[in-house]
Amino acid sequence: MSVVVAEDLALRFGERTLFEGLGFELEAGELLAVLGPNGTGKTSLIRIMLGLLEPSSGSVVIEGCPPRERCHRIGYVPQQRVFDRDTVLRGRDLVRLGLDGHRWGFGRLDGTEHAQIDAVLDEVGATGYADAPIGRLSGGEQQRLRVAQALVADPVLILADEPLLSLDLAHQRGVVDLLDARRLGAGTPVVFVTHDVNPVLHSVDRVLYLAPDSWAIGTPDEVLTSDTLSRLYGTEVDVLRVRDRVVVVGTPDDQHVHHVENGH
Amino acid sequence: MFTQLLGEHFVHTALWAGAVAAVVSGAIGVFVVARGMSFAVHAISELGFTGAAGALVVGIDPVVGILGGSVLVGLVLGLLSLRGRERDSAIGAVLAFGLGLGVLFLSLYQGYATEATNLLFGSIVGVSDTQLRNLAIVAAVVLAGLAVLYRPLLFSSVDPEIAAARGVPLRALSVAIYLLLALTTAEAIQVVGVLLVLTLVITPAAAAQRLTGRPGRALLISVVIALVSTEGGILLSLAKPWPTSFFISTISFAAYVGARVVDWSRGRQKRLSSSPPRRVWAVR
Repeated sequence: MSVVVAEDLALRFGERTLFEGLGFELEAGELLAVLGPNGTGKTSLIRIMLGLLEPSSGSVVIEGCPPRERCHRIGYVPQQRVFDRDTVLRGRDLVRLGLDGHRWGFGRLDGTEHAQIDAVLDEVGATGYADAPIGRLSGGEQQRLRVAQALVADPVLILADEPLLSLDLAHQRGVVDLLDARRLGAGTPVVFVTHDVNPVLHSVDRVLYLAPDSWAIGTPDEVLTSDTLSRLYGTEVDVLRVRDRVVVVGTPDDQHVHHVENGH
Repeated sequence: MFTQLLGEHFVHTALWAGAVAAVVSGAIGVFVVARGMSFAVHAISELGFTGAAGALVVGIDPVVGILGGSVLVGLVLGLLSLRGRERDSAIGAVLAFGLGLGVLFLSLYQGYATEATNLLFGSIVGVSDTQLRNLAIVAAVVLAGLAVLYRPLLFSSVDPEIAAARGVPLRALSVAIYLLLALTTAEAIQVVGVLLVLTLVITPAAAAQRLTGRPGRALLISVVIALVSTEGGILLSLAKPWPTSFFISTISFAAYVGARVVDWSRGRQKRLSSSPPRRVWAVR
């Protein structure tokens, strides 16, 4: 059975249509990469699945339940945003908030919950710095803790929105491997928004490509082709395979890619 | 003289009132600092002053005016739930207008100028038994509120994006923290005065965040610093007749400076002990 069923989704802001007629299903253990230039609704799609944004029409159902009812835990890994140096929070506390931060009161963790937190810290290799103030850790360490926070409550679905931005290659690799391990081990499907498919290329099952006026979904070999992208953009786009990497040349936003990468 | 004063009823009342205000101020301070709301604290207390001055003009209890003014502006700021620079400039604009009104009220007020001075700089030794009781009731409300909201408040303060994704109601919490802050400010004004509210609400929490990475422990440390500053300040002002608020702000500032020194020397030790000699890096 599909974990996520999205049917005929449309999202409009006033006159502007970000996407319409968008539908897909996500099976257990699948990794769906959401690609495309800025402003095509990649993050909005994540927000719809988190129940923070209602689509203009259409529906999303996660394990039989609309997102806004929050029947199921969803693990969310956001863009890497560095914590202030003075933030009064340890890595362990950040992970804990993922478990019970939405409940009222001070709360006391029972033995099982302590074990859950320890286990997930170990899973992401953060045990060594889990008790240090989070603001004094490196960006890569902070992002590992973010992954632990998303995983701690055993989510039915993981949503990651540009989780690799401003990480160096080794840490990018680390974060992808962590998500992959959970996906393959526990069968948790992952939706992975990224402007660069290469760091996840070896794990991607399907690609959803959101272009300014249309979209396409399919395996990387189906979508990441010169034909498909040229059709999506309505202009000539070349997709090159260089060694294990995909390079897209000729999209209208080509020149902007670096602004996107540095702008956050 | 000093020991004689210690036996006086009004001194006991002052010590209790100081303790009550210190505990709530120190507790809420950690959230206020985590959310970067220091300027809002200042605005809320200035508007508390406007409320009090207005109350003096119409002849009602200035404490009612303080509560009215600070709660009103707290509610507005909470509902707007602005972020970043917009919040900064909006608060500045509101604060300036409120102070202008306060100046007008004071000029209309025909009573003693000491009332105004007390509002601005505090008058802890003038607290009555009834005032103390009211202080305690308001403090109980704030502490109960903080206890109930603790986890989602912490979550939304340090990690708003994920908190929202988990269904934590950010806007409602923003309104709640501003209201609790307004009540706290109204408490602290009666002890240290409008101009020195920051010394109880911000300084102890700012010191605490330098000393620990644990949220619960930071709250405790902040409360302790606020308590020591207030009680110490009151006692010192009995021994030497300088303003109580001066002593309170000096002790809390000393704690802040001390915390920064401790933090700095810890970091230094860590760097000295953990970093390998530079040339090893160069070889790599």
